[in-house]
Amino acid sequence: MMVAARRILFRGWVLLAYLAIFAPVVMIVTISFFQQEIVSFPPEGLTLRWYWNAWQRPEFARGFVSSLQIAALATVIGVPIGTAAALALVRSSLPGRGAFNSLLLGPLAVPGVVAGAALYMFYVRTENFLDQDIIATLGGLIAGHTLLTIPWTVRLVAASLQGLDRAAEEAAANLGARPFTVFRRVTLPMMRPGIVAASMFSFIQSFENLDLTMLLVGPGRSTLPVAMLSYLEFRIDPTLAAVATVQILLVGILMAVTDHFVKLSRVI
Amino acid sequence: MAQLKLSSLAKHFGTAVAVEHVDLEVQDGELVALLGPSGCGKTTTLRMVAGFVTPTAGQILIGGQDVTHAPPYARDTGMVFQSYALFPHMSVAQNVSFGLEMRRLGRAEREARVGEALKLVKLDHLAERLPRELSGGQQQRVALARALAVNPSVFLLDEPLSNLDAKLRSEVRLQIRALQQRLGLTTLIVTHDQEEALTMADRLVVMDRGKVLQVGTAEELYERPANAFVAGFVGRCNLISGFIDPDRMFRCDWGGAFKTPDSSTPGKAIFALRPERVALQPGAGQGIAGRITAITYLGSVSEYHVDVAGNGFLVSMPPPPNDSPLRRLRVDDPVSLSWDVAAVRILPFEPSSNQGDEP
Repeated sequence: MMVAARRILFRGWVLLAYLAIFAPVVMIVTISFFQQEIVSFPPEGLTLRWYWNAWQRPEFARGFVSSLQIAALATVIGVPIGTAAALALVRSSLPGRGAFNSLLLGPLAVPGVVAGAALYMFYVRTENFLDQDIIATLGGLIAGHTLLTIPWTVRLVAASLQGLDRAAEEAAANLGARPFTVFRRVTLPMMRPGIVAASMFSFIQSFENLDLTMLLVGPGRSTLPVAMLSYLEFRIDPTLAAVATVQILLVGILMAVTDHFVKLSRVI
Repeated sequence: MAQLKLSSLAKHFGTAVAVEHVDLEVQDGELVALLGPSGCGKTTTLRMVAGFVTPTAGQILIGGQDVTHAPPYARDTGMVFQSYALFPHMSVAQNVSFGLEMRRLGRAEREARVGEALKLVKLDHLAERLPRELSGGQQQRVALARALAVNPSVFLLDEPLSNLDAKLRSEVRLQIRALQQRLGLTTLIVTHDQEEALTMADRLVVMDRGKVLQVGTAEELYERPANAFVAGFVGRCNLISGFIDPDRMFRCDWGGAFKTPDSSTPGKAIFALRPERVALQPGAGQGIAGRITAITYLGSVSEYHVDVAGNGFLVSMPPPPNDSPLRRLRVDDPVSLSWDVAAVRILPFEPSSNQGDEP
């Protein structure tokens, strides 16, 4: 009896936890179809009007394209850097690896607003020094977002490297492969799950970043989350829910695609 | 194929000595087993031959050529790893082909040799599978094929059977042995399993704590062990420490006295006697009196654990026929032991040594 009761209680907790996680998502998706402008239950009717509205507002379309661009480029730049760093941390006998590790994971610990403010000040100085715009340029945003991608990459790739069977590399050497060939033909392919997961995480990190980005955007160059926040300052209607639903869908698809190549439960 | 020669090979890790002064020649086409408990230095020795560990001192010659300081990829060895170490992202055929690609062979020749190697291990029908889609035994054969495809001068096997279940293991070791003999491979195998070493090897090298204790054929090691460790590690052995008095009587530390062969010389020594050379009679008759403490029926043999004045004695023999009085022996029954003095081996006394598998 006790065991059965405990089991029911446990299941209840699990259910509650899932509810807590999924309720906001379900809420947002539902609201995006509500007809009335000020959200209230029950809905007066269902509509796709807010999706159409979002589509017609140039700041969302432009923000979406910018976000994609920045996320893609930051990933392409950050993942190789993070991968190289992870290799050095796990494989080399470099002195002070622990310190390097903390440094590389640093951006995870610093609040985005603080990092953003620091970057902003750094950019201002650099702009004065180089006499060139950096804030609100694509380059400036990509550089900032690359910072977001590195800690995740280091973590995920280092974890996959630690679990890698070194005997396979020895076998390759034994069969006549020189060190670089061993790396290219054996080590790198075996690291692939970690790298794929790192790329996906990096992309998502960048794509949905608000706090750090907020300080680095300017007129004419914004990202989707920042555009959403600006919209919210003046209006509160389900348009935002519609945009958010599209965003959730995109991230969901990305995760599903990644999971097809790499079982996410194995890397995280 | 070629001869492998190790001379005065040593490896120290800091102050710890992993391998000390190993001298060994493996002849062309010969299979030599490095046998010893874990931590005895056998794997380190093998890894030095493959080039994964740099020796602290000594020389490694393959086919007369000094490869002591050559990198692994420049040595003509083919190694089978304990974990098989297959490339998980490559098919069976690609795994086997890897070494041939590294040797820059053309596609046609590669394909021919991959096919040949897979046929050798009877896996040609699984060429397109990925390693994870194969059973442990099949993966092991892919590892063999991959090492053999490059036609190495020296074939190295690191505990190749330890991940297989017992039935498969005895099958595969015969297959590997047959293959090795057919291809005339100069082979060095590392194992901690004495049965494996005895069935596969032309000669065995018994190692303990970084040192080679004895080199010889299975029969030599079994019949004429150089010391108590070898006697206990290769097969089972009753080992008793004590001394030989001027009348050539062996005085056990616990008080017993046994005759020793005429060749023995007085002084401290270890008395060694194989369990199957001891005869056992029920009841207190002539011979050494003892008491049964356990009887183990193992099918082809029965083992009797006998207590002689507080000391364990192991006796093994084929299970006695049904009408034999031995059949009625039970724990705590008195028995008497006897043996032919020619079966006794007197081994050098070792004060603090680990005397292997003392029953």
